[in-house]
Amino acid sequence: MAYSEKVIDHYENPRNVGSMDKDEGNIGTGMVGAPACGDVMRLQIKVTEDGIIEDAKFKTYGCGSAIASSSLLTEWVKGKTLDEAGEIKNTAIAEELELPPVKIHCSVLAEDAIKAAIDDYKSKK
Amino acid sequence: MKTPIYFDYSATTPVDKRVADKMCECLTTEGNFGNPASSSHEFGWKAEDAVNQARKDIADLINANPKEIVFTSGATESNNLAIKGIAHFYKKKGKHIVTCKTEHKAVLDTCRQLEREGYEVTYLDPKDNGLIDLEAFKAALRDDTILVSIMHVNNEIGVIQDIKAIGDITRERKIMFHVDAAQSAGKVPIDMDELKVDLMSFSAHKNYGPKGIGALYVSRKPRVRIEAQTHGGGHERGMRSGTLATHQIVGMGECFRLAKEEMATDNERIRMLRDRLLKGLDGIEETYINGDMEQRVPHNLNISFNFVEGESLIMALKELAVSSGSACTSASLEPSYVLRALGRNDELAHSSIRFSLGRFTTEEEIDFAIEKINANIGKLRELSPLWEMFKDGIDLNSIEWTAH
Repeated sequence: MAYSEKVIDHYENPRNVGSMDKDEGNIGTGMVGAPACGDVMRLQIKVTEDGIIEDAKFKTYGCGSAIASSSLLTEWVKGKTLDEAGEIKNTAIAEELELPPVKIHCSVLAEDAIKAAIDDYKSKK
Repeated sequence: MKTPIYFDYSATTPVDKRVADKMCECLTTEGNFGNPASSSHEFGWKAEDAVNQARKDIADLINANPKEIVFTSGATESNNLAIKGIAHFYKKKGKHIVTCKTEHKAVLDTCRQLEREGYEVTYLDPKDNGLIDLEAFKAALRDDTILVSIMHVNNEIGVIQDIKAIGDITRERKIMFHVDAAQSAGKVPIDMDELKVDLMSFSAHKNYGPKGIGALYVSRKPRVRIEAQTHGGGHERGMRSGTLATHQIVGMGECFRLAKEEMATDNERIRMLRDRLLKGLDGIEETYINGDMEQRVPHNLNISFNFVEGESLIMALKELAVSSGSACTSASLEPSYVLRALGRNDELAHSSIRFSLGRFTTEEEIDFAIEKINANIGKLRELSPLWEMFKDGIDLNSIEWTAH
């Protein structure tokens, strides 16, 4: 399968790889997917007191498109409010990365991951 | 050294230069272009001679009679012809067929078609090393079983089934036995005098010959009858009509002749390279070899790198032409059905890579691959949340995953 240049760029130079302490009150963690399905995404956000995402980290087990989707998402959410980040749609990710139809589920997973991270953060408040 | 490096010899092989040269002699006006069935002139006789020589070279590799070789378009057609041909011819005797879950799709899908026609098929589970449990096999046979179809060497994991033992059982029960030998001819010695096999499928392109040509061995003693699936001019003693493709057949004959001459030395060299590769990956934690390591062709190494997803690893190893699962299924997102049949969990099945080596693999290429794999497994595991959890001592099975 041929990947778009953007997928290859994110795959070869993934942005914001890493972990943050999930027990901290200002950190929201979203982990979605399942090993049996071939992809697991973990997205973490660090939120300021006024509800702005100041940092984001990810780790992903999955194909190149899954890695690229989560890498791109961490770039996009930084500096956004929780509401703005929660409005990011998978279609925007798929479009930006020019994902083929069989890889659309990777962008869906990324959308689920940010939603889960926001929910986790809110549940701590 | 040119990249990408070819490590996918089980998908197909390049045509050996010596084979290509012979094929080229059978195409143009200056060459042997006649129709082997033209019995009225010299062009036909010459083409027939070339076909006969190829038939003999193929028969010689497996110690069979040239009259037992039926040319087809490849192993897929051979499998179809053997399985449907037997099932249709012997349907009055019974309608039960036994095969294995790890067979090639050309066998499995043919069996599915026969199920739609009213036949009953038992799909055996292999043991976790990929080999067939002979006791379970015996237990699956019934009075109305007419055919057993088991592959010699598995295309994904390279394990060698005990065709001798299975043949002894089927012959005693007077059940027809078909063997898909697409991946074994030229790699494993085959002696039809010793094996009680009724039909065997062969392919040229897995053996440094051209694509588009294969053969089906149909035993004469005891005599095996099959119903033709392609009708026309009655070629190949009525079993497979269609003008014989002289250049393809000559190519197949030559590559089988070379296989007979060079198999022993090729195998020894390839085994040395495979062991070198294996040793070079020794330092990587959490790797699992799929399939038995003893009953296995040296050409194949199928490894699961736990916590790394196969497709992303293939992307990382872009300088190495390898495959995850088989080439026929890697377009789908499903994990390999062969590894699933071995009882491997989905994670490990998703994490598998098949390296297949061949006649033109070099030590330099192996060393390059070792370096690339070691570097990239580390990089991908740094990216993997599963690896981090494993390192933190978290049992991944204890987590409630959100399946999607």
